[in-house]
Amino acid sequence: MVPLPAAPGPALVVPSRRALFFGFLKVGVSGFGGVMPFAHRMLVEQARWLAESEFVDVLSLCQFLPGPNIVNVSIVVGRRFGGPGGAVAAFTGLIFMPFLIIIALGAAYTTFGQLPHVREAFAGVAAAAAGLVIAMAMRMARPLRSTAWQVGIAMVAFVAIALLRWPLLWVLLGLAPVALLLAAREKPP
Amino acid sequence: MSDAGMLAELGRQFTVLSLLSIGGVNSLIPEIHRQIVELRGWMTDAQFSELFAISQAAPGPNFLIVTLIGFFVAGLPGAVITTVAICAPSSALTYAVAHLWDRFREARWRIVIQRALAPLTVGLMFGSGYVLTRASDHSALAYAITAVSAATMLWTRVHPLAALAVAAALGATGVL
Repeated sequence: MVPLPAAPGPALVVPSRRALFFGFLKVGVSGFGGVMPFAHRMLVEQARWLAESEFVDVLSLCQFLPGPNIVNVSIVVGRRFGGPGGAVAAFTGLIFMPFLIIIALGAAYTTFGQLPHVREAFAGVAAAAAGLVIAMAMRMARPLRSTAWQVGIAMVAFVAIALLRWPLLWVLLGLAPVALLLAAREKPP
Repeated sequence: MSDAGMLAELGRQFTVLSLLSIGGVNSLIPEIHRQIVELRGWMTDAQFSELFAISQAAPGPNFLIVTLIGFFVAGLPGAVITTVAICAPSSALTYAVAHLWDRFREARWRIVIQRALAPLTVGLMFGSGYVLTRASDHSALAYAITAVSAATMLWTRVHPLAALAVAAALGATGVL
């Protein structure tokens, strides 16, 4: 366990494992297609377990490491306040309801998915969902536009994974060292 | 493939993917599609893109596409296995290094790694968009829906669920 850093301003709350479970339970069912804004609201504004600056640190770590970002947040926050048991409590709270809901939807899909009108409605939803991902990619690409080598790496990654259909492991093993080299050659800001 | 063999294979695939998922699970879509649809033939293109759409329309974290794929391929045991497999390795790593993070907040190598991984993630995300478009769009109108949906998300404040609902209604009329 890492001791809590001294909190600025009014005292933050130190949650129990039960509170970790229920706090993340609420986050789990809060958002559609991504719950991070709700995690921020719960952790910083409502439950007051983290100061704003602490949340930013936790988030940057969780985006840096592999894995679903929100799962990583539940692990880091759970660990900070409750060790291994806290991490398990926060994680299970996070996925408990969404897991049940997605299983119910999956069961409905396998039962009714082939009915004529349902099938056609799904074709529409799937087309729109692809658009959501493209929009997400374009938003993520904006900060990179001014750096030529980053644009180049992104394009090579796209061609390798989407057009050539190379295995992700090879793409990452091939491109990550090149990207690291290029990033390391940049002048520190 | 036997049930047990299938579960073991799902577990193996997603355990590896957990540690490769830079920038979250959405960047894994091309690889998951390659393994589940192209190599194994466990579902069709249309089913893959429809399951993805369900995961986007459902409340909760978006990595649940992985749970849904496990459920579709191998029922409840499949759902549990894929969920644990996509979360456990990355969570163990996160747990192990969490306390080191503060020390390296200003470290240059941290910034270098972040700057290096960002464009990789972006390339993979465009790959996800491309693979999902290829898997779901089979008519000019479907391509138009994809384009309008992307433009709506980028340049308006329309909620993603509203876009999905309009597309569902349009699809249900049978025009696609």
